[in-house]
Amino acid sequence: MGIPRTLMLWLLWTALTVPIGLVVLAVVVYGGNRSFLLIGKTTSGHHQIELACDACHTSLFGGREVLHDACVNCHGAELRAANDTHPKSKFTDPRNADRVAILDARNCVTCHQEHRPRITRAMGVTLPDDLCFNCHQEIASERPSHRGLAFTSCASAGCHNFHDNRALYEDFLNKHAGQPAQLESQRVALADFLRSRDNAIRVARPLGPADADAPASHAGDAAILADWAADAHAGAGINCTGCHTGKAEPERWIAAPRIASCGNCHANEVRTFTEGKHGMRLREGLMATREGPFGLFTASTLAQMTPAEARLPMKRDAAHNSLGCGSCHSAHRYDTTFARAEACAGCHDDPHTKAYFASPHYTLFKREAAGLAPRGTGVSCATCHMPTTEVRASDGSRSAYATHNQNDNLRPNEKMVRSVCANCHGLQFALDALADPKLIADNFNGLSSVHVESIEWAQRRLRERSNRRAQGAPQ
Amino acid sequence: MSSNVIKLGTAALLLGTLAAIPVARAQWFGGKDAKAVPVQDVTDMLHAVMAADRAVYTQRVVNRLQNEEKVITADEHFGDKKALPLPAQMFRFGAEKVAESTTKFSYSLLSLWPVNRQNAPRTAMEKEGLKFVAENSGKNFYGEETLGGKKYFTAVYADVAVSPACVSCHNGHPDSPRTDFKLKDVMGGVVIRVPTN
Repeated sequence: MGIPRTLMLWLLWTALTVPIGLVVLAVVVYGGNRSFLLIGKTTSGHHQIELACDACHTSLFGGREVLHDACVNCHGAELRAANDTHPKSKFTDPRNADRVAILDARNCVTCHQEHRPRITRAMGVTLPDDLCFNCHQEIASERPSHRGLAFTSCASAGCHNFHDNRALYEDFLNKHAGQPAQLESQRVALADFLRSRDNAIRVARPLGPADADAPASHAGDAAILADWAADAHAGAGINCTGCHTGKAEPERWIAAPRIASCGNCHANEVRTFTEGKHGMRLREGLMATREGPFGLFTASTLAQMTPAEARLPMKRDAAHNSLGCGSCHSAHRYDTTFARAEACAGCHDDPHTKAYFASPHYTLFKREAAGLAPRGTGVSCATCHMPTTEVRASDGSRSAYATHNQNDNLRPNEKMVRSVCANCHGLQFALDALADPKLIADNFNGLSSVHVESIEWAQRRLRERSNRRAQGAPQ
Repeated sequence: MSSNVIKLGTAALLLGTLAAIPVARAQWFGGKDAKAVPVQDVTDMLHAVMAADRAVYTQRVVNRLQNEEKVITADEHFGDKKALPLPAQMFRFGAEKVAESTTKFSYSLLSLWPVNRQNAPRTAMEKEGLKFVAENSGKNFYGEETLGGKKYFTAVYADVAVSPACVSCHNGHPDSPRTDFKLKDVMGGVVIRVPTN
């Protein structure tokens, strides 16, 4: 008597399913080629790290709250710095329970779902454009200027943002009303905090080629030594072993120092680099694979981003460049003038980048680079996309660094107003320019064809309130 | 007979022991039932702390530095204007911090005449409570309400203009619906909620 056919089929099913299930589970937990697990195209903000699933899915059993915590883990500081207009605490108050029932704004993933390409709009928003309607239906009765406006227009350029309204709140608009397009002083004032080439840290006796302390087997060629000797590092007394050896004992030569070496001295720059699209794969804790049982999996970090994997147009011959500190700063000649514009154009091949080299901003940058104009008056790619950021210590002392998170003030683009545009331009001029997609593509070569009315509306409301108050009428 | 007495005695001892367990537990281990503080006392105590801190900040910081010594102003956009946070903002920042750390209670500062319309009463109990404390000097309002399927004990306490800074700011603010506040007037109310299920 043989084994019944049904039992045979069950055994066969089990024999196939269990190993396959275990393999899938191992890939989920420990890593490997996880691309088959992607349930939909990821957003442009996260595709770089899409195979490090546990960057967001920090628990196998987590729900919305777990995902929310992962969002806050990376984006929380940025939201706090932006004086988030809609913080979670606003919605955990029971008095807003009816609003939360309609739109659960306590969790990031209510508005920002990943892997949903068909419904994903700008800035990874996956709710319809009119989401403001859910809580602000009464706005037309409170603000006559808003009567007849569609709820799909709330987040129009120059009007409102859900999180960051630092350059759009009413008092700010009123305070900066009537500013000229070109301010009297046009320079990035914080540039004074950054060390210039002439003002670099210097030791009493700068190092020269003869002082290089690399072991003979790694002495390098004369060109490398010459580059290093002419650079700020040698001037500041940083010898070869300063970067080419780690903290481990015994001292071991590192042929190609990675980002952590740079971070030993340039902590803010490295931290912000790993927060942006160029370097987010290098963020601490992000792993391609984790150590697994029986030595089947070994821990490995994500490979550095390459232009080939970018979603913006990139130059073909730069496709396989690997993005680390040395991509823009080169290995031994840390030429920041090159890094601020030419380096970007080495990879980026979109209309905005190409148009830069025919723009008034570039003309100013060339003048500054040639020493014909004061420091901070030139406008490079980095001036806008990696602006100088002020740090204020608890003792009141001030310092600054160039943020290396190129995405920090990019979307929505009004975030750029205060950190960048306001150094040189009036608020109206800046809002109009940032609202004109064609002008942006032309890299601000010309004038905006869009006029944002926010400042006029704020001014009108200010006048109306003053008049009513003068007449003793209720507001 | 004697065995029956023993059985009855054993049963009585057992029952007595069982009956004594909750009392003993409460006495020895601090059981909830015997020592629970009535929820109204809890909200009263919370409010006493809130009101004290709020009055101290308003009188000894804002009113002194802004109105009396005129060394610094208090402003809604205190970051941009290098000013002090308004007393109402200080209160709300505290409420937000509490909301980040516990769900055992929540509180808010509301008014029938809010400068920011988001701080007008929204629930029926908020409306009733704010009206009550505005019309009944020195009295608090207590009630129960259900919000989002959860029951809450809700207490409303009058928020009184404790210093000239309160009056001058609210009467002079372009968004204030009232311009005739006087010192000691009820300007709004503190609403404290404790979930009860």
